[in-house]
Amino acid sequence: MSLIDARNIDFGHGGQTVLHGVSLSLEPREIVTIVGPNGSGKSTLLRVLIGALKPRRGTIIRAAGLRIGYVPQKLHIDPTLPITVRRFLNLPKAVDRAAAEEALEKAGVAGLTERQMASLSGGQFQRVLLARAILGKPDVLMLDEATQGLDQPGSAAFYRQIDAVRRDLGCAVLMVSHELHVVMSASDRVICLNGHICCEGTPEVVSATPAYRELFGTGTGGALALYRHEHDHDHDHTHHHHEAAE
Amino acid sequence: MLDDFLMRAALAGVGTAMAAGLLGCFVVWRRMAYFGDATAHAAVLGVALALLFGTSITLGVGMVALAMALLIHGLSGQRTSVDTMLGVLAHGALALGLVAVTLIPGQRIDLDAYLFGDVLSVTRMDLAVIWGGGAIVVAILWWQWQAMLTATLSPDLAYAADLNPRRAQLILTLLLAAVVAVAIKVVGALLITAMLIIPAASARSYATTPERMALLSMAIGALSAVAGLRLAVLLDVPVGPAIICVAVAVFAVSALGRTLRQLA
Ligand SMILES: Nc1ncnc2c1ncn2[C@@H]1O[C@H](COP(=O)(O)OP(=O)(O)O)[C@@H](O)[C@H]1O
Ligand SMILES: [Mg+2]
Repeated sequence: MSLIDARNIDFGHGGQTVLHGVSLSLEPREIVTIVGPNGSGKSTLLRVLIGALKPRRGTIIRAAGLRIGYVPQKLHIDPTLPITVRRFLNLPKAVDRAAAEEALEKAGVAGLTERQMASLSGGQFQRVLLARAILGKPDVLMLDEATQGLDQPGSAAFYRQIDAVRRDLGCAVLMVSHELHVVMSASDRVICLNGHICCEGTPEVVSATPAYRELFGTGTGGALALYRHEHDHDHDHTHHHHEAAE
Repeated sequence: MLDDFLMRAALAGVGTAMAAGLLGCFVVWRRMAYFGDATAHAAVLGVALALLFGTSITLGVGMVALAMALLIHGLSGQRTSVDTMLGVLAHGALALGLVAVTLIPGQRIDLDAYLFGDVLSVTRMDLAVIWGGGAIVVAILWWQWQAMLTATLSPDLAYAADLNPRRAQLILTLLLAAVVAVAIKVVGALLITAMLIIPAASARSYATTPERMALLSMAIGALSAVAGLRLAVLLDVPVGPAIICVAVAVFAVSALGRTLRQLA
């Protein structure tokens, strides 16, 4: 049975249509990546799926008691609201100290507990959001451009962490990216979105379809494979770079 | 002890300040100051209606504040900006209230008491209303704290966790109406928003978590109430404005302290 089954979703702001006839279902343990240019409705689709936006048309069925770990594209914390990383991890449910520290470590930011959220770098902030999301033991992890602002080795490291988290929790992963070269090598499916679903399939299949090439240009047509190549064969080198960058 | 009018005034001030100090944190975090103003200004209309129908002032103020708060809550669900609408409602309700109060036949009313508060005349009954209402406000926020905080940080995080941020907003709206009804006797309709936001803003620079900010805000509010009352008695000035003056002084000191720490 699917974790989430969305059928024929239409969504718009005022007169503008953002999503048209989008259908998507997510199976347990599956990794699905949504790619599309800026403004193609990727964030909107995730927000429809978590229930933050009501679609104009279409149905969304979630498995009973489904737990979603959502990592938003951006989160603005009002400067009048003081909050430490430790306190942030306690939302919406309080967790014990050991669990909080373990989640931070899994997300690759151990030892930040007493820092103010406002004092974190963009990359640290994203990882704390990830740590918070995994603390809820989600059935689905939804990541909206979580590698934004990371360099390529940084993204590679981040995806390895996601993969480890997924194996650990056994959750499905639904993520969004506009950077094609960092589509996760482990993706079971890639969905190409531009208001509607242009094409979908395995990374290889999608990068070969005409719709994909039309949307992203032939110049980047091979880019999807590039990251896979680097991840598979250049692992030590990549890792070295990552550490040098920190 | 309650026979002494100064003691009653102090207790009324402290009770109001603590409820307002706590709720005020949410008003600051969510940038609802204008929302607070509109609800508080509507209270004057509530006074007029209560006098007209011969009901209790607290009830009249509570009902009108509630109606205004719900109206604004409904409007804020729309996607368009409600800023201008809030301004119209806030000042419209105030003006209408002022006109209505003076038109009520056969009564000469001390309007100042409702605009600036009249804490020296609180009765035991008023005290019961203030502490009862304040306790309800604190209890509800305590009970809903995690959900409220999540919804305040990010409505999307709340939705993903199966919480309803609109519900959090509605609860805050209702509590705001309750605080207005409770506080009108103490600081008056014009200064209720000050009681909400100034202690919270002073607490901000010295707090590392939302809970510490809330506790500190309540403490600063209570301190301002007691010190403001003393100041008012000493200088023979109205109590409500004196309380706010002390709160502003605390805010100035805290802002100065923050600047000095940043320079150091
Ligand atoms: N709150 C909003 N009001 C009006 N239009 C919006 C709003 N949020 C997003 N949009 C529009 O919806 C479209 C899709 O946005 P989004 O889902 O953020 O795209 P992506 O995440 O793929 O970059 C864009 O054209 C954007 O301008
Ligand atoms: Mg986006």
